[in-house]
Amino acid sequence: MDITVNILLTIATAATPLLIAAIGELVVERSGVLNLGVEGMMIMGAVGGFGAGYLTGSPWIGLLAAIVVGALFSLLFAVMTLSLATNQVATGLSLTLLGLGLSGMMGTSFVGQPGQRLPNLDIPGLSSIPVVGKLVFGQDPVFYISIVLTAAVMWFLFRTRTGLTLRSIGDSHTSAHALGIQVIRYRYLAVIFGGACAGLAGGHLSLVYTPQWVENMSAGRGWIALALVVFASWRPWRVLAGAYIFGAVWIGQLHAQAFGIPIPSQMLSSLPYLATVVVLVLISRNKRLTMMNTPASLGQPFVPDR
Amino acid sequence: MSANHDSANLLEVRGLTKIFGTLTACNHVDLNIAKGEIHALLGENGAGKSTLVKMLFGSLEPNSGEIFWDGQPVRIASPGAAKKLGIGMVFQHFSLFEALTAAENIALSLDDGSPISSIAAKARALSYSYGLPLDPESLVGDLSVGERQRIEIIRCLLQTPQLIILDEPTSVLTPQEADKLFETLERLRSEGKSILYISHRLEEVKRICDRATVLRHGKVVGHCNPRQETAASLARMMVGNEVKAVVRAPAEGIETAPALLEIRALTRKPATPFSIPLRNINLTVRAGEVIGIAGVAGNGQGEFFESVSGEALQPEAGSVRIRGKDAGGMSITGRRLMGAAFVPEERLGHGAAPRMKLSENLLLSRHATDGKAFVGSGGMVKSAAIYAASQRIIEVMDVRKSAPDPEAAALSGGNLQKFIVGRELDRKPSVMVVNQPTWGVDAGAAAHIRQALIELARSGSAVLVISQDLDELFEISDAIAVMHNGELSKPLPIAEATFEKIGLLMGGAEPGHAEHTLETA
Repeated sequence: MDITVNILLTIATAATPLLIAAIGELVVERSGVLNLGVEGMMIMGAVGGFGAGYLTGSPWIGLLAAIVVGALFSLLFAVMTLSLATNQVATGLSLTLLGLGLSGMMGTSFVGQPGQRLPNLDIPGLSSIPVVGKLVFGQDPVFYISIVLTAAVMWFLFRTRTGLTLRSIGDSHTSAHALGIQVIRYRYLAVIFGGACAGLAGGHLSLVYTPQWVENMSAGRGWIALALVVFASWRPWRVLAGAYIFGAVWIGQLHAQAFGIPIPSQMLSSLPYLATVVVLVLISRNKRLTMMNTPASLGQPFVPDR
Repeated sequence: MSANHDSANLLEVRGLTKIFGTLTACNHVDLNIAKGEIHALLGENGAGKSTLVKMLFGSLEPNSGEIFWDGQPVRIASPGAAKKLGIGMVFQHFSLFEALTAAENIALSLDDGSPISSIAAKARALSYSYGLPLDPESLVGDLSVGERQRIEIIRCLLQTPQLIILDEPTSVLTPQEADKLFETLERLRSEGKSILYISHRLEEVKRICDRATVLRHGKVVGHCNPRQETAASLARMMVGNEVKAVVRAPAEGIETAPALLEIRALTRKPATPFSIPLRNINLTVRAGEVIGIAGVAGNGQGEFFESVSGEALQPEAGSVRIRGKDAGGMSITGRRLMGAAFVPEERLGHGAAPRMKLSENLLLSRHATDGKAFVGSGGMVKSAAIYAASQRIIEVMDVRKSAPDPEAAALSGGNLQKFIVGRELDRKPSVMVVNQPTWGVDAGAAAHIRQALIELARSGSAVLVISQDLDELFEISDAIAVMHNGELSKPLPIAEATFEKIGLLMGGAEPGHAEHTLETA
C-alpha cells in the first residue's frame, strides 16, 4: 500500500511542473500569441528560485522569486513580439536559448550547494489518514497551486467576460481591434501570466522536485508543456489529463527499468511521449471541437494600421 | 454645402485627408450628415470610401481635417471612442468571431458587463422587433452570411448609436434579404437615427437614400438627391465618363454544340467543420455558352470551384469531364493540359503569388500548357518570351501599374484581377471557369472583363462564371443556375430568369412557395 501511495505521489510531483507551465502557455496561446520560450522561462525561474532560496534561506521567498523572474523574462518576449512585432517563432526560440545560457552563467556558484526545499503540507490528524491523508493533505504546496490554477483558468476563460475577450482576441485580432478591444494590452498581460507560470514551474523543479541547482535541469520539460497545449487542443482539463498521463508513464517506465524488464531502456524512455500523444490525439478526434478551440490568429503579429 | 455648424447636422467633416505613402486616399473630403437621414456614400472601388469610413470609426487617423459631432469638434482616436460618441458600424468584411456564439459576439462589443444570458435575451427581443430573427446560442461559424450580418446589425443597434455606418451591406444578401434590411433602415430613420450607407449599387441608393455624396479618386465630386437622378447619371458621376454597356449577342445552336465541361453527380464531404458539403451536382456547359452560378456567399461555391479546378481532387474520375474525358482525378495542371483555364476568387495566394513579378506569375500558371513557348531545352526559362507575353496581356487588358514588371502584390486588386483574367484568356482556353470575375474591379474594367468572357464563349469555348453579383450574371449569362447549401439548381435560361426567381432560389426556396424561408429564424 505504501508503495502505491509513494508512486502516486511521485507521479504528482512529475506532472506538476508540466501542468503549471502548460496552463500558463495555454492562456498565452488563447490570446493568439505563440511563445516558444517556455523552456527558457522555466529554467530562469529555476535558477532564480534556487538562488533566492539559497541566499535568503527561505524557500518561500525562492518560490516568489521564481515567479517574478519568469514574468520579467517573458516581458522581454512581449516587448519584442507585441510592441516591435517581431516574428514570434524566432523570438520564442531565442528566448529559450538565452534562458538556457543565462541561467547556466548565473548558476555557476550555486552548483553543488545545498538548496532549500518547500515543506510538504502537514495537517495534524488529516495528513496521517491512511492513503488519502498523504495524497490529499500531504503534498507540496505547488501541487495545490497547480490544481487551483487549472480550475481558475478554466473558470476565467469560459465563465468571465474578460476571458471571453481574451479568447476573441485569439480568434481574430483584427475583429477585436475593430470592436475597440485593446489587443496589445491583453496580450501583454497574457504573456506575462504565461511567464509567471513557467517561472513557478521552474521554481518547483529547484525547490521541490530536486532541491539543488543543476545546469539545464528543466531537461526539455518546457517543450513537453508546449506540446501538451497543442495536443490538448487548448482546453485546460485536457492539459491536466495530458500532464498526469505523461507523469504516470514516466514514473512507470522508471520503475520498469529498475525491475530490469528486458526492453531496451531507450524504448522505455520514449514511452511517456508516445502515450501522451496517443491519448491526447484520441480525445481530440472531434475535429469540430478542435477547430472551435484553436486560436485562429495564433502566431500572427498584430500591427494596427493608423 | 454651407460652412456654418448647423445643429441639424449630426456629423460634419471638413477637409479630411489621409495619405498612404504616395497615394492620397482621401483628399480634403467634406461630408455632412443630418439627423434622421439616410446618406449615401457613392464611389468606385478605390475611390476612398472605406478609408473615409475607417477615419470616422477611429480605426485610421486622418493626416489633416476636422470632424464635428453635434456641432462640437471631436477627435476619434479609436473604435472605442467612436462607440462612445454614438457611432456604430456594420462592417463589409464582418468583424465577427467564428468560434464564438452570436450572444458572445454581441457581448464583446458591449461594455456594461451584464451576464451573457441577459444579453442573449435582449438581442433576441430586439432582433424580433426589427424582423431580423436571430438565435443567440448559435455558433457564428455555422451561420450563413445573411445571418451573420443580422448579428452585426443587432450588435450595432444594442449600442443605441445615433449614427450607423453600413459598408456595402447588400453585397452578401439575396434580393429578399436586402428588402428586409431596407425596411429596418427606414424604421431606424423614422426613429431619428442617421445612417451612412455605402454602396455601389445605384438602384438601392435611389430607393432608400435621401442624399448622396459621390467620391472619385479620393475627392468629393458632387452631392445630389439620388431620387432625382437616374442610375446612368449616378454612374457617370462615380466613374467620370460613360460606361460602355456590355453587348451579348444571342447564342445560336447551343443545344447541338458539344458539351465541353460536364459535372456528373459531384458530391464532396466538408473538409473543415465550417465548409459546405457538395450534394449531387450536375451541370453541362456547351461550346458557345456562358453559364452563370448565382448564390449567397458561403453556400458551397468555393468548394465547387475547388472541385472543378482540381484544387481538390474527386474520388470519382467521371464526376468532372473536360472535353469528353474524365478529369476528376487530374491535378490543376492536368486539367489545364486538357484545355481548361481557371480564375480563382482569391487573387493573392490562389490567383497569383504576391511577391513574384507578373511575368513570373504568368509562367507559374502556363509553364505546362505553353511549355514550348516559355521553357527551352534543359528546362531553362525563356525570360524574354515570357516578358513579351506578359506585356501583351497588360496591354490588352489595360492593366495600370507603376513599374514595367511589378510584383503581383504591388497592383491594386482590380488591376491584378484584369491581369489574371487576361493571362487565362490569352491562352484561348476551350473551357474557362471563373469565380467572382469582377470582384473589386472598377466599372469600366468590369465591363471589359465581362465582354471578353462573352466573346470567348461566342468563339466556341464553354464559360462558367460563379458570381455573387446578380447584375453581372444577368448581363453575361445565357442561363443561370443557383447554388444553395451545396446543391445546384437546374440552369434557368436567361429569357425566363428574373431577379425574383433567382433571389428565391438563393434563399433556398423552390420557386412558387418561398415566403416561409424569409420569416422563420
